[in-house]
Amino acid sequence: MITEFGSFALVLALCLSMAQAGLSFVGRARRDVILTGAAEGAALAAFVCVAAGSVALIHAFVTSDFSVLNVAENSHTEKPLIYKIAGAWGSHEGSILLWCFALTAYGCAAALARGLPWDLKALTVGTQGALGTLFIGYMVLASNPLLRLASPPVEGRSLNPLLQDPALAAHPPFLYAGYVGLSVVFSLAVAALIEGRVDSAWARWVRPWTLAAWSLLTVGITLGSFWAYYELGWGGWWFWDPVENASLMPWLMATALLHSAVVTEKRGALAAWTVFLAIAAFTLSMLGAFLVRSGVLTSVHAFAVDPRRGILLLAILAAASGSAFALFAWRAPLLKDQSAFAPISRESALVLNNIILAAVATTVLAGTLWPLILEAFGRQGGVGAPYYNLVVGVLMAVAFVILPAGPLLAWKRADALAVLRRLSLAAGIALAAGLIVFSLASPRRAVAAMQVAAGVWLVAGAVEEAAGRLRAFRVPLAESGRRLRGLPRGAWGMTLAHLGLGLFVMGAAFESAWRVEGAAVISPGSGLDLGAYRLTLLSVDDRAGPNYDAERGVIRVVDKNGSLVCDATPERRTYDTGGQTTSKVALCPKGLDDVYIVLGERRAVAGGGSAWLVRAFWNPWVRLLFVGPILMALGGALSLSDRRMRIADGRRSVAPTAALAPAE
Amino acid sequence: MNARRIAALLGAVACLAAAADPAERLNNPTQEARARALFRETRCVVCQGESIDDSDADLAGDLRQAIRARITAGATDDQVRAFLRARYGDFVLFRPSLSLANALLWGGPFVVAIIGAGLLIARQRSAPPAPPLSPEEEAKVAVLTADEPV
Repeated sequence: MITEFGSFALVLALCLSMAQAGLSFVGRARRDVILTGAAEGAALAAFVCVAAGSVALIHAFVTSDFSVLNVAENSHTEKPLIYKIAGAWGSHEGSILLWCFALTAYGCAAALARGLPWDLKALTVGTQGALGTLFIGYMVLASNPLLRLASPPVEGRSLNPLLQDPALAAHPPFLYAGYVGLSVVFSLAVAALIEGRVDSAWARWVRPWTLAAWSLLTVGITLGSFWAYYELGWGGWWFWDPVENASLMPWLMATALLHSAVVTEKRGALAAWTVFLAIAAFTLSMLGAFLVRSGVLTSVHAFAVDPRRGILLLAILAAASGSAFALFAWRAPLLKDQSAFAPISRESALVLNNIILAAVATTVLAGTLWPLILEAFGRQGGVGAPYYNLVVGVLMAVAFVILPAGPLLAWKRADALAVLRRLSLAAGIALAAGLIVFSLASPRRAVAAMQVAAGVWLVAGAVEEAAGRLRAFRVPLAESGRRLRGLPRGAWGMTLAHLGLGLFVMGAAFESAWRVEGAAVISPGSGLDLGAYRLTLLSVDDRAGPNYDAERGVIRVVDKNGSLVCDATPERRTYDTGGQTTSKVALCPKGLDDVYIVLGERRAVAGGGSAWLVRAFWNPWVRLLFVGPILMALGGALSLSDRRMRIADGRRSVAPTAALAPAE
Repeated sequence: MNARRIAALLGAVACLAAAADPAERLNNPTQEARARALFRETRCVVCQGESIDDSDADLAGDLRQAIRARITAGATDDQVRAFLRARYGDFVLFRPSLSLANALLWGGPFVVAIIGAGLLIARQRSAPPAPPLSPEEEAKVAVLTADEPV
């Protein structure tokens, strides 16, 4: 009954989204506030309906109602509760429902937002409704998550064991909240194009939505990467897989948008480019969803191998983005920039940032679509990590060199010499760090040493910028403390994000250049050496989990002084349903490093007895790879909490300056 | 959801050791390191997007053995790559060759960057900056923009 109610709610949500779009556009055309107000109500109701449908699906999963096709295919009575709930978004149908949930939630938030002029808001809510119509329509007509089965099975087929993991249960909600958050920015761009008005007030409304989506996307990608790191057992964290690329492309665009929206807000420049990025960012979100969901890149392995559905998703993408870009081509010439800037200015630095991010996004897009392009010419092929690492590495190197200078440059025209002087200490530290690493780290790697120097340069640059803002060491400590509290949080958010990027770069350099790998077939009592560590297999026992059986090894890790680092317990699990075998990696954190241990297959030893293949990595500084992006996301959240983001009413905020006046 | 990768890795996860398996390793560490570097840039053509370094598919094992044998016999890295390309085509190498057909792939991102930089320069040429401020104006601006939020 609840399932039928949910199905009904989803159909109702489709009708409400159509009403939301229709009422908004007609209301805007007739300048009728009652109609646009009704559209806002429809946006709210559509969200409530999709939420009800989602609750119905989660209910079916929790109660293991196998008469629902989606539950029968993705759940199992013995599965732990958290994975029953997470199973609701573990399938194609479920993830589309999650997408629609996020889309209507953002539509509802846009309808409730204050401070937007009514005409712009009406068109934003209307565009959001049009997007809702497309996606909810697709869900109801082609991908209904609540379909019943005529003859329900007694037991479900269970969720893929690899998905039964806490990080991965949380990964899709964050990722989709990020992807779909960009839909509001897209709608704002479309609304601004229709109104023919892109000014600093518009950019001020765009920024908080972009920040929120960007932060959530950052968390989502990091969770996915962390999951890949410890669940897949390869010790790697980024594979340049089409699915990862699909999430990276909108992130790159959102990052560019964050920076260009600042220029549009503060200087009234780059208006057309900011609008273009806003449309492109959500387009790449949709392209990512299409690539992942349609199976077009992975004919053998995807969930939705139904080509009919792939074509439908492509049609939605073409309809939404095609019309937005057509609108852009028509209206963009109307958007005039209000100010010019000199070659050396903060504007120029931000434009360079945008050029490089756009080039990186092009790299990822070209590499991801390359197999399809070749296929069109009847050839087979594709690119992998070496291509991406080289091209993205070269491009990002340029970005990293200029990044610390950006926040120090003045708007409009800057004094390059003064900025260089301020950064000389940071540059010296970075150079020294690079040289030290180059001469001391073994094996000697020049490129990795340069990467470390780049990371240190970013961190030192961020610190220098923050110190300058606090006037640390130049004014009394109490005065610096007062500035720390008094200065806008947006600026601190930026510092934190740049700092996080620097830490990430350092982590990536260390992890990929100086990772130590070891593998040996060992029986209990013997061990293997892994760089500075010695691993000893103590025992291997059988253990029964809730829905799997496991062989659990106990491996003692000691460092070169002989003191204990940890007793690691990697497992090799065989799931009851499907008989799939997975590995549960054991992570032994030591400072910023991980000792990463995988228990492999059992092998017979000559002369009787058993031995196990144990594979281990010493991943130096790998924690920075996850700490860095989390700091970036926190920086985004901190900026978002800046009151100037909430009072998006187009007034210049005077309060922070006034509050600081006595300190000047 | 990383649907594709999960699916692609289903087979792979059961096969943690692949190239690091002690049973396969060469005795000469320099040669083994070269072999591993080559494995990482060689696609397991029957798997989805995995290198033969990671994959435990039979074909990947055969290729690893063939590469190790060639290295032991004294072949250079380029000779090994040529052998792989002759046998499986360009597809087998993750690093696309610098050929005319791949020009778009290698050049595209840099063309985007150069066009962007060109537009930036053109823009600044067409809009000459305003005359410099007088020292009094500079001082006023400095006061007004101190702590200018970012």
